[in-house]
Amino acid sequence: MAGRLDVPTASEPLRRFLQVARGAGLRVSAAEGIDAARALDVIGYGDRAALKDTLGLVLAKTPDEKALYHEAFELYFKHEAFSAEAAGDDGAAAGTADQGQKGGTALGQLLTSDNRAGLAAAMEAAAREAGVENIRFFTQKNLYTRRILMTMGLRAVEEEIEALRRDETAPGLERAALLENRVARLREAVRDLVERNMLLFAKGENEQYREELLKSARLSNIDRRDMERMRVLVRQMAKKLAARYAKTRRRRLRGQLDVRRTLRKNMGWGGVPFITVWKQKRIEKPRVMVLCDVSGSVAAMSQFLLMFLYALNEALSDIRSFAYSGSLIEVSEILEKEPVEQAIEKILEAIGFGSSNYGNAFADFEDGWMKFVTNKTTLIILGDARGNNNDPRTEILARLSQRSKRIIWLNPEYPTMWGTGDSDMRRYAPFCNLLMECSTLRHVERAISGILEST
Amino acid sequence: MDIAHNKNAGNIAHPSPQTLQPLQSIDEVDAGLGAAGYIASRPISTAIYLAHHLQKPILVEGPAGVGKTELAKSVASWLNLPLIRMQCYEGLDESKALYEWKYGKQLLYTQILKDKVGSVIGESDNLKVALDKLHSFGDIFFSRNFLEPRPLLRALEQPRGCVLLIDEIDKSDQEFEAFLLEILSDYQVTVPEIGSVTALVPPIVLLTSNSTRDLGDALKRRCLHLHIGFPDERLEARIIASRVPGIDARLLKQLVSFVQQLRALDLKKLPSVSETIDWAKVLVLMHTSVLEVAVVRETLNVLLKFEADIEAADKQLAGMTHKAQREAGIT
Repeated sequence: MAGRLDVPTASEPLRRFLQVARGAGLRVSAAEGIDAARALDVIGYGDRAALKDTLGLVLAKTPDEKALYHEAFELYFKHEAFSAEAAGDDGAAAGTADQGQKGGTALGQLLTSDNRAGLAAAMEAAAREAGVENIRFFTQKNLYTRRILMTMGLRAVEEEIEALRRDETAPGLERAALLENRVARLREAVRDLVERNMLLFAKGENEQYREELLKSARLSNIDRRDMERMRVLVRQMAKKLAARYAKTRRRRLRGQLDVRRTLRKNMGWGGVPFITVWKQKRIEKPRVMVLCDVSGSVAAMSQFLLMFLYALNEALSDIRSFAYSGSLIEVSEILEKEPVEQAIEKILEAIGFGSSNYGNAFADFEDGWMKFVTNKTTLIILGDARGNNNDPRTEILARLSQRSKRIIWLNPEYPTMWGTGDSDMRRYAPFCNLLMECSTLRHVERAISGILEST
Repeated sequence: MDIAHNKNAGNIAHPSPQTLQPLQSIDEVDAGLGAAGYIASRPISTAIYLAHHLQKPILVEGPAGVGKTELAKSVASWLNLPLIRMQCYEGLDESKALYEWKYGKQLLYTQILKDKVGSVIGESDNLKVALDKLHSFGDIFFSRNFLEPRPLLRALEQPRGCVLLIDEIDKSDQEFEAFLLEILSDYQVTVPEIGSVTALVPPIVLLTSNSTRDLGDALKRRCLHLHIGFPDERLEARIIASRVPGIDARLLKQLVSFVQQLRALDLKKLPSVSETIDWAKVLVLMHTSVLEVAVVRETLNVLLKFEADIEAADKQLAGMTHKAQREAGIT
């Protein structure tokens, strides 16, 4: 009956809700929006529970998204509750209201006449006109509140109050007081409305904005209160990388017949090759050894690198990690046993925050673990290469670079600082296959994605 | 039924060419599944109802043993449709999922026909004429007769439609997931030698996943997403009552309360509905009428499958049992 339209146009409330859902952080594609509209054609708006289930089935596709969806749905469909809410506390003032029913501005009348539905409608209309769904930051709250109030005609009411005050008649003053009272209440209501809208429309984007900031902030400057968020971010980024590189571990070599396996597979048909088997190339997961400086200057950075690597462990075949400042110890075991956050604290307790001695640390590594370095090993060294004027022992790094597949040095300092003062970076540089500045989460991601890529 | 459907066809917004009556309401789904022995929560019924009307597959996620596979079976038995099940595993490819050529038969026919070929092209004097003659026979070896349909193709060829269950899609490779997209969105598949095969009647498709890996967005976009979690106390009690008929009401209350408490503990593998059902059956077999600590301890291995979990729960067994007794009104 509905004109047999396959793609019904999304109705206004649905369109707005989709916007809200996107604001809350759900990823709703256009196709899913169309599905939602089709589903609502079948279900209808009548039953709230069914409506909620339906949209949940169509829009939210992971447990996380379901939770977000739940929140957004509740928030959005509570939206029109203004009138009911304010009704209770207003009974007392209502008695004085009827005296002043003579003329005045439209808004003034609305305010004094207890027409709450009308007031709510006027507020919603003004809000729509002011474009309140475009609100993005909490700093815009006052702006939008003001805009809505202006659209509703607050100026006129204010003038009316002033005029009444000037006349100084008793009923006039009373009316002015009443109006003032009502205006104050209206202001609160509008502020409330704006706040709700900000929650609805801007939450997701605010979070995203903050995350973007965090991703490119220098890790040494990250605030304590952002740590939790950083952890979540690291996990997300690592998961993305892992998914990207975990998928093809085998690649078919086109056009090269694997004769042995073809014959085998076709034994059943007397060796007549019905099924051909092609040669395959196995792509090995990288083996990684990480040497992390945990001296005062670089500790924060090390923490994030380790966190990242361990969040990645599906994409890597095995990680061995070492921490050094004055001397070097292996910390793989601690990291495997405990969640990275706690493990790092333990490591820092054990050897952290001393002054670093690179020569010493490399010597320790050569003594204990050189034999495990093979031509498949990727060696990642994280440090600022500031050895406090100790012998840098570059010859050990030279031997390491011969033995290993490659050495990647991540330096949290700005490149302009490399080689200045007690920095030995320029001396180590010739033995590194890759030398990168690594001071933000984005850098860490780029470095690791490079490691995964070139295997 | 066919005729009845044709009459209705003009009246519904999204007519489905199903031979079965279009579902009228969510309640009907509820009742139908109930009759098939599946106590569905409201979102589940809504999902089936929507899947039917929008002709979209449902992706069912949730912990093991909450009745994902069972849902497909129940839908099939309620609608009286054949259930075609495809279990996914690593390395599953299209020759096992979609179709395969019957190589043996092809080979056999080649051998038999070898002698006949001479008589067919015998009289022709040159190669061109002989070839033309052969062409007129068409691609006999790559025709329907030599095609072995696998679950997906079979599902499309069911004359009355069917319920297609693609079980544990998360176990299959990512490439296979991509391969499924065509069948999920258009209910058609392409066999290179024959062409596209479109479903006679679009099947009701359910995919299940235990979330061992994240499924692709493309797949998720094409599906309704249903998450079945552990049921709440009332729903679980109804499920047990329907699956274990004849269970004592007080015992039922106790054991459900106990299992619900167990799920609040920090365990490696939480007991799910299927385990609760097994446990209820065991208790009924043992003629238990009241849950005692000793009985619980003896049968705990039905509920918990890891030694560490049993140990962890053991300490709190008495407390939980007594709480369950209190809640069931036994003192």
